[in-house]
This record gives sequence, C-alpha cells and structure tokens, in this order.
Amino acid sequence: MTVHDLAVVGGGVHGATAALFAARGGMDVALFERGALCREASGVNAGTLTMQMTRTALMPYALRAHAMWASARDWLGHDVGVVVCDGLSLAFTPAEEELLAYRAGKRREAGAPITLVSGAQARRIEPGLSEAVRSAGHCRVDGYANAYLTGLAYRRALIEAGVALRENTPVGGVTPTGAGFELETASGTVRARRILLAGGVWIEPMLAWLGVHLPIKTLVNQLVVSERVAPIMRTVVGIANGLLSLKQYPHGTVVIGGGWQGVGDRERGGVELLPDRVVGNVRLACHAIPALRAARMARAWAGLEAETADALPVAGPVPGIEGAFVCGSVHSGYTSGPYIARLLAERLLGREPDLPLFPIDRLLARPEAA
Amino acid sequence: MSGPIRHAVDLAVLGAGPAGGAAALAASRAGLSVALIDENPDAGGQVWRKPVRPAARAATAEPGDALRADLAASGITLLYGRTVWSVGASLDLDMIDAESGRWERVSAGRLVAAGGAHERVVPFPGWTLPGVVGLAGATILLKSHGIAPGRRVLVAGCGPLLFAVAAGLAGAGVEVVGVADLAARSDWLRALPDLLTRPGLLGQGACWMTSLKAAGIPIFFRQALRRAEGATEIARAVIGPVDAHGAPAPGPERTFAVDALCVGHGLVPGSDVTRLLRAPHRFDPLRGGLVPVTDEAGRTGISGLYAVGDGAGLRGAAMAALGGELAGLAAAADAGRLAPDAFAREAERLRRAMARERPFSDRMAGMMRLRPAQVQAIAPETVVCRCEDVTRAEIDAACAAGARDVNQMKQFTRCGMGPCQGRLCGDVAAELLAARVGTREAVGAFTARPPLRPIGFDELMGDFDYADIPIPEPAPL
Ligand SMILES: Cc1cc2nc3c(=O)[nH]c(=O)nc-3n(C[C@H](O)[C@H](O)[C@H](O)COP(=O)(O)OP(=O)(O)OC[C@H]3O[C@@H](n4cnc5c(N)ncnc54)[C@H](O)[C@@H]3O)c2cc1C
Ligand SMILES: Cc1cc2nc3c(=O)[nH]c(=O)nc-3n(C[C@H](O)[C@H](O)[C@H](O)COP(=O)(O)OP(=O)(O)OC[C@H]3O[C@@H](n4cnc5c(N)ncnc54)[C@H](O)[C@@H]3O)c2cc1C
Repeated sequence: MTVHDLAVVGGGVHGATAALFAARGGMDVALFERGALCREASGVNAGTLTMQMTRTALMPYALRAHAMWASARDWLGHDVGVVVCDGLSLAFTPAEEELLAYRAGKRREAGAPITLVSGAQARRIEPGLSEAVRSAGHCRVDGYANAYLTGLAYRRALIEAGVALRENTPVGGVTPTGAGFELETASGTVRARRILLAGGVWIEPMLAWLGVHLPIKTLVNQLVVSERVAPIMRTVVGIANGLLSLKQYPHGTVVIGGGWQGVGDRERGGVELLPDRVVGNVRLACHAIPALRAARMARAWAGLEAETADALPVAGPVPGIEGAFVCGSVHSGYTSGPYIARLLAERLLGREPDLPLFPIDRLLARPEAA
Repeated sequence: MSGPIRHAVDLAVLGAGPAGGAAALAASRAGLSVALIDENPDAGGQVWRKPVRPAARAATAEPGDALRADLAASGITLLYGRTVWSVGASLDLDMIDAESGRWERVSAGRLVAAGGAHERVVPFPGWTLPGVVGLAGATILLKSHGIAPGRRVLVAGCGPLLFAVAAGLAGAGVEVVGVADLAARSDWLRALPDLLTRPGLLGQGACWMTSLKAAGIPIFFRQALRRAEGATEIARAVIGPVDAHGAPAPGPERTFAVDALCVGHGLVPGSDVTRLLRAPHRFDPLRGGLVPVTDEAGRTGISGLYAVGDGAGLRGAAMAALGGELAGLAAAADAGRLAPDAFAREAERLRRAMARERPFSDRMAGMMRLRPAQVQAIAPETVVCRCEDVTRAEIDAACAAGARDVNQMKQFTRCGMGPCQGRLCGDVAAELLAARVGTREAVGAFTARPPLRPIGFDELMGDFDYADIPIPEPAPL
C-alpha cells in the first residue's frame, strides 16, 4: 500500500491551497473531500476580497492574500473571476461615522491603505451611492472573486500538480500509528505520514478523531443575489459595522451579504433563511445603492463559516500529535485563506514561513481546568 | 410600516388549483381555520383558471366556477393575488400582496403544498426566438385573456395539451397549420381502453379531434420539431420524423411559414416547497421527475407538511382534486379535529374514486413523459438554460471537467443560476448529465432556494426607515 507524504482532509480553499503548494513543493499529496471541491463555505461565499471587513490581526496576511488573488492566473493557473476595484465602507449616521473613524483608523494602523472621505467624495468614487451617505472609508485594495468558480479552478490546478484528488470521499476517522496516520474511507484505509485537517466548521469533529477538543462556533451566513441588471455600481460597498457586503459582477448580478445569520448547523448545513433578515439585509443594500431597488431577487442561500473563541485562525501543528496539522477558521477566510494555507504548506515543506502561523494551543481546553 | 402583517390559522394551503382548493374546503368543513393562498386573482389554478375576459369562457371554466363559489362561501381566509416567496422550517409563509404591495406572513402548524407543475420544453435550435411559446403558457393566454399567440401557428410536442391547444386556437379563429405529435397514432390507440374509463374526458378529447378534422388541420404523428427559424422572431418551423424513443429518424422534413409556435413536452412537478423544506424525494419519470415521497393522504416526511396535486407528481386535475380533499381531511384528522373512523370512511370513498381515475391519469402522464432519446439528440450549440445562455456543449464540457451532480455542474456553467432557478431547464439538464454519470438519482436536482418566485427588491422591502433596520452587532475588529 502506498504511503502518502501528506493527506489533506477537507477540500475548501484552505485544504485545496495547502495541498496545491505542498504538491508543487515535491510532496506526494492526497486530498479527501466528502463532497465536491469547494462546495461548502469556499464555493458559496460572497467572494468579497476586502480589507474593510478584515480583522486587524489578519491585515498583513489579508494584504498578501489579496495580491495572490489578484494574480491567481499566475499561480493557480485558472480563472476565478477576480476583479480588483475600490472599496467603500459607509456611514449613514453620526454614530456610524464615529465607529467608522475608529475602525478605519485601527485597520490603517494594521497596514490597510484606508482613507476617510466625505459623502460627496464617496459619490464621486461610486456614483451609484445614496445621498444619505455622510462619509466613507475608502480603500484601493479591494475587490471580489466569483466564489462558485473556485472548485473548478482548484480542481484543474490540483490535478495538474499531481495531487491524488479524492472527491466524494468522506473520511470517517484518523488514527495515529506512531509512524504516521491511517485514514478510514468507504473504499478502504489510506496511509499518510502527515495529515492536515482543513474541514472548515467540521474541524471540531475532525480534531476529536485525535482526542483533541477545540470548540468551533458555526456561523450561518445568508446571501442574496439579484438577477442580471445593467451596471449600477462599480465598487465593493460595506458599512461601518461590517454587516454589509455588496458588489455587482461583470455579468450583471448583484450579491448582497454581510453575515446576517440564518438557521443551520454542522449536521444539516444552512437549512433556513430568516425572512426578516433577508428583508433587513436587502433594505440596507438598497439604502446604500438606491438603483438596486429596481432589480429582482433571483436566489438566496445560507452557508457555514467557522469561528474560534477568539475569532482568530487555527493554523499550525496539533500539539502532542507528531505529524498532524490543522488549518482553517479564518475570519473573512476566503480573502485570507490562500495565503494562510500557503504558509502552512511552507511549514510542511520544512521552510520558514514569512509570517507566523496561528498555533492552536491557546484554544485547547486544558484538562486541569475542566 | 416595517414588519409583516400576520395571519394565524390551523392550516395554510399554498396553491388554489383543483388540489389546493379541495384541500382547503375539506379541512375547513372539518373545522380547521384555513388560509388559502394563490398568486392569481382568483382560485382555479391552471386548468380551472378564471377567464379575465368573459369571451374567453370555456367548458373548463365550469368546475372552476363551482370551486370559486364554494370557496367564497366557506369562511376560509382567501389570500389571492399573493406571491409566496419564502417558506420556513416552522412552515410560515411569507408573501407579497401584489395589489397593496404589503408583506404578509401566514403562520400555521400545518401546510398543504399544492403549487402545481411547470412546463417542460426540450430545447431545439431556435426555441428561444420570440414567438415560440409553451403549450401550457398558450392555454393561459387563451383561457384567461382569450389571446392567441399568433395568426399562423404550428402546434408541436406531446401529450393531450397538444390537441387542447390546437382546438382552442382553431376555435379562436387562428390558422393552425398543423399539429406535430411525438407519439404515433398507434400510441393513442393503445391508450384507448384506459381512456374509455373516463368517457367524459375522452369525449372532450374526441371533441378536440373532431374540431381539428373539421377545420382541416393536419396531424403529423411521430414528428417533432427540428428547428425554428427567423431573424428576430420566428418565421418558419421545421418538423421531421422521430423514432419510438423520440430520436430524429430519417425522412423528409416539412417547413411551415408561421408567426408563432406552441410547443411543450409535458410538465414537471413544481416540488420547490417540499425540496426547500428538505422532505425526502424520489425520481419518478412517469410523474414528471423529482417528487416528494408521500403516503396516500399526501403526508410528506416532514411533520405537518402535505404535498398534493401536480406539484407532488403529475396525475391531472381530477386526481389533484381527490388527493387534495384527502390531504385536507388528513390535516384535520392529524390535528385531532376529525375522528379516526370518520377519516377512515372518507379515505375509503376517496380511494375508490382515485382507483377509477388512475388508468386514465397514468395514461395521460405516460404520454407527457420525457423521452430520453429526444434529450440526447439536442445539438451541442443549442441553448439549454435560457436564463444564462448555457448550451448543451457547455454542460457536456462541465461533465468532462469532473462535474458529477447537477449542482456542481451549475457552479461550473451557471446553468440554473438565473431567475427561474432551473425550473425550466433543470429536468433536461439533469437528464443530459445523467446519461454520462449513470442515473438521475446520482446527479440529483438543483437545490431549491428562496425565493419561490423571482421577486422585486422594491416589493420585498416595502417602506422602511433606516433606523428601523435591525442591524446586527458589529463584527469583531
Ligand atoms: C455565506 C458566506 C459568505 C462569506 N463571504 C465571505 C466573503 O465575502 N469574503 C471572505 O473573505 N470570506 C467569506 N466567507 C468566509 C469564507 O467562505 C470561509 O472562511 C472559507 O471559505 C473557509 O474555507 P475552509 O476551507 O476553511 O472551509 P470549507 O470551504 O467549508 O471547506 C471544508 C471542507 O471540508 C469538507 N469536509 C468536512 N468533513 C469532511 C470529512 N469527514 N471528510 C472529508 N471532507 C470533509 C467539507 O465538505 C468542505 O468542503 C463567507 C462564508 C460564508 C458561509
Ligand atoms: C401552465 C399550465 C397549463 C395547464 N393547462 C391545462 C389544461 O388546459 N388542461 C388540463 O387538463 N391540464 C392543464 N394543465 C395541467 C394542470 O395544471 C393540472 O392537471 C391541474 O391544474 C393540477 O392542479 P393543481 O391543483 O395540482 O395545480 P395548479 O392548477 O397548477 O394550481 C397551483 C396553483 O398554485 C399557485 N402557486 C404556485 N406557487 C405559488 C407561489 N409561490 N405563490 C403563490 N401561488 C403559487 C399557482 O399559481 C397555481 O394557481 C396545465 C398545467 C400548466 C403548468
């Protein structure tokens, strides 16, 4: 039986990127995905690549990740429809202006090139903007990708890189053998020297295979997409508190997000959208871009996003289990995911990562405290 | 005004066609408080649709008139002109009143889904040209508005609607240049014994045939559309022979100069509500595609949710009404408002009535069934998903690139991502993929998503103040 150098469990943007760079670095990699590649968070997210929703602690990572997305054709080799454009974070009330100034300031300190502009200036940058905007944070490093193309692009890249891609293959459990790991799948046991658990919101049950308890909260984000309409906006638009993300794709659809919560869980997925919150999110979007009112809603859905207790990533070795690694739970993880997963691949390849990883020791329930 | 106007009842019925109308009446008579919701201005559904212009009044309006009168006298909360866009796990329905623009919510512990079926058109070159209309769509125009789709019309496709539409058009003074039927004359003759079980309906069919004959309209059996042609709108329709499976067969083509083409290849159950609520479904080709798994009274795998009528599998109007009545009674019995023995008696009566309808119903459903060979004959450059302009070749390419189920194919191609959410193309797209992957079960169906109908943001939002938007707590910095 062959023994892979690395088995990656979970084919979202984290698992797929780590597998890709590990394979390109010379490792023999197998990737196990229970469904199809990037069909969970990494295929259903809003695709916004913004610094104005990024956590300050992640800013250096997000900036590098943004540059990766912008050059995806070079390193990924396939198109995910990335558009780089201006981003605006809006304030409609004095209280929001205060919040905006504070948050934009913190993000600027962290390295994001955000400047505050007046409502009139913001309307020059985005002519579709409402008169109600009092001021805005303006960032030139912004943009979006077509998230639903992620799976297709990574699928091609992984196959070209020689990764043994095993879609529709759920892993049922992982056992450390001392010399490596055995992974249980429906088609038999697979061996690997090292494993990377990259299961998004399923990282918690995956770590439980190894007896490690790391609580992961499941966020259920609602999204709404319009039918195709003539161009009504050209920037990525958010609001001061971060609960709006709005942009129009080149093919004409407008995606409205921002993390309004629906109903769902790890077991069932995103099962229900709450109408009050769909309406609330849409009202907010149309308040920002009034011309959107004339469009029709084509579709809405909910997807699952992972969050740790301190809302910072898990990316590093699993303490006490030689050869086991974990990667995910990155806030705005579609934006930052490729860079953080690539750092992890560097580490697996025995290189010194450019920026520190996010060791998980801080999040583990200590037995003595229990 | 910011939130919805609320209605609380024992039972909500979505769809006021034969199935939903009967369900609402039966449940109301058994003592439940009922709300009946439909997007049309009155009850009747597709087949018993109320004519907007009296001149359009047809024989099929009569059972509809009776239903409308019974409903008007019933004490049921009649919510017509409401488009339902959301159904929640609690079975709450959110809707917009087209006239007032108001947002309303019906809360009931029980829901009968009776939303009917969608039309199926198997694509052919030129099918997206203006002037090409669905057979079922043509019946709406004719029945409700007395409007004909054109002055010189070819009618093509399969199933009984072919002859209903052709006769209706001829009756409205339209020049019908011919009827092209995928079925052979012998298929209809074979169906005769079953059709004879419903002399009334057969009589209606015979009536259509006589009027076609009287008007000198040729019927081309085992012929199908090869293509529609025209620069900006349809100018010509070309038909040619097909084999018993619906695949093109050798033989001469015929070209007709027309200004409209009515075409339909059966109906697909509109199982959006049961799929959205994730009730168990199965693939049943005779019933038109993916159908919710139910017991005989329409109970689905989800407590309190019933599915009846064509939306739960094609059976036609008579079966829809009987099944609806049974589900309405079951809802009352399940709510403890109808004694078990009384329910059993009624169920037995309805079971017998359904047994009488079944041979005819199965036969008609069989004539409208999708012919897989017809789907396989779709040319590579023909558009399958008209909302997103996705061709057959693109679907095949997605399959070659590794798409193994329809939702993965949707992500690769955008097929089904438009405003119709794949209601129009989903069945054909799944069939195309299934031919390469294995089975329809394996490729699945497009995931149902809200809204149940495309809905304007303006309508959805209503009037609001920015201060009233319940903006959640800021995300962590
Ligand atoms: C609706 C929504 C909108 C969002 N919008 C944005 C945005 O605009 N910008 C942004 O930057 N971020 C956004 N995010 C966040 C971002 O999508 C996620 O952070 C990121 O995609 C997570 O990637 P992942 O690889 O960690 O997880 P996932 O993509 O969820 O991948 C985990 C994979 O593991 C697989 N898996 C689980 N169990 C097993 C098993 N036993 N065996 C094998 N495989 C298994 C799953 O099937 C899944 O494919 C959004 C998230 C959601 C849900
Ligand atoms: C367009 C069309 C035309 C047809 N014409 C004929 C014909 O001429 N002769 C014939 O024998 N059979 C016809 N049929 C078949 C016929 O529909 C059925 O056999 C019969 O009407 C089924 O009854 P039903 O109660 O199940 O559904 P329907 O009669 O279709 O009733 C369902 C009702 O639910 C409403 N509805 C669905 N979703 C929503 C929503 N989200 N919000 C609000 N309202 C909603 C619909 O508007 C409709 O009024 C037609 C079918 C279609 C699709």
